Amino acid sequence: MIKILEVAFDPWLELSSFQSEMKRDGEFGACANFIGTMRDMNEGDAVNGMFLEHYPGMTEKHLDKIVQDAKEKWDLLETLVIHRVGELLPNDPIVLVAVWSAHRKDAFEASRFIMEDLKSKAPFWKKENLKANEQRAEKNRWVAKNTSGY
Amino acid sequence: MSIKVLYFASLKELFGHADEQVNIEGLDTVGDVWTFVSNGNGVSQQVLFSLNQEYADADALVKNGDEVAFFPPVTGG
Repeated sequence: MIKILEVAFDPWLELSSFQSEMKRDGEFGACANFIGTMRDMNEGDAVNGMFLEHYPGMTEKHLDKIVQDAKEKWDLLETLVIHRVGELLPNDPIVLVAVWSAHRKDAFEASRFIMEDLKSKAPFWKKENLKANEQRAEKNRWVAKNTSGY
Repeated sequence: MSIKVLYFASLKELFGHADEQVNIEGLDTVGDVWTFVSNGNGVSQQVLFSLNQEYADADALVKNGDEVAFFPPVTGG
């Protein structure tokens, strides 16, 4: 399942309700998940909040492709990808990637693959609102590039 | 020929609008469309291309009714 949300979400509740509703009890031996959360600092600047823009249509299509690629490479039972858009505050969850499989190798590797592909290719863009400091007033700044996860 | 062009993030701000319809003959590729719309905009940053909501190279061929988008490197997750 893939969800793009404009409102804050609780990844722990999403995980638990998806797992109970997916009706795979007894089949899965592993669930690996990654939760990305907004920090209040970036590149040495204190951040008030941020706006997450996306490309409606292409974003969903691309996330779907990433998940299909992962399903071809590994033996997976279920996947759940949730990503926020819109206004976010520090400590808000940004992304959840969860993968269920029989054994841990598939779950670990597929969740890492989905997350890294999402970070490097899914069409989302972050614009931070930086706190005022002694040198300047509050200002907005597009995040230029994601750091490599490998 | 009519092509829908979309801009995102910093490029949307640079161009001052999120989308436009380009109705002009002689644009064969995504790269041609980019050259046409960016002419004089002084874009110095890295720009990625998509054609009908999939990543595309500059030499990808465009046809009437296509959707082309231009955007900076992605920063989700």
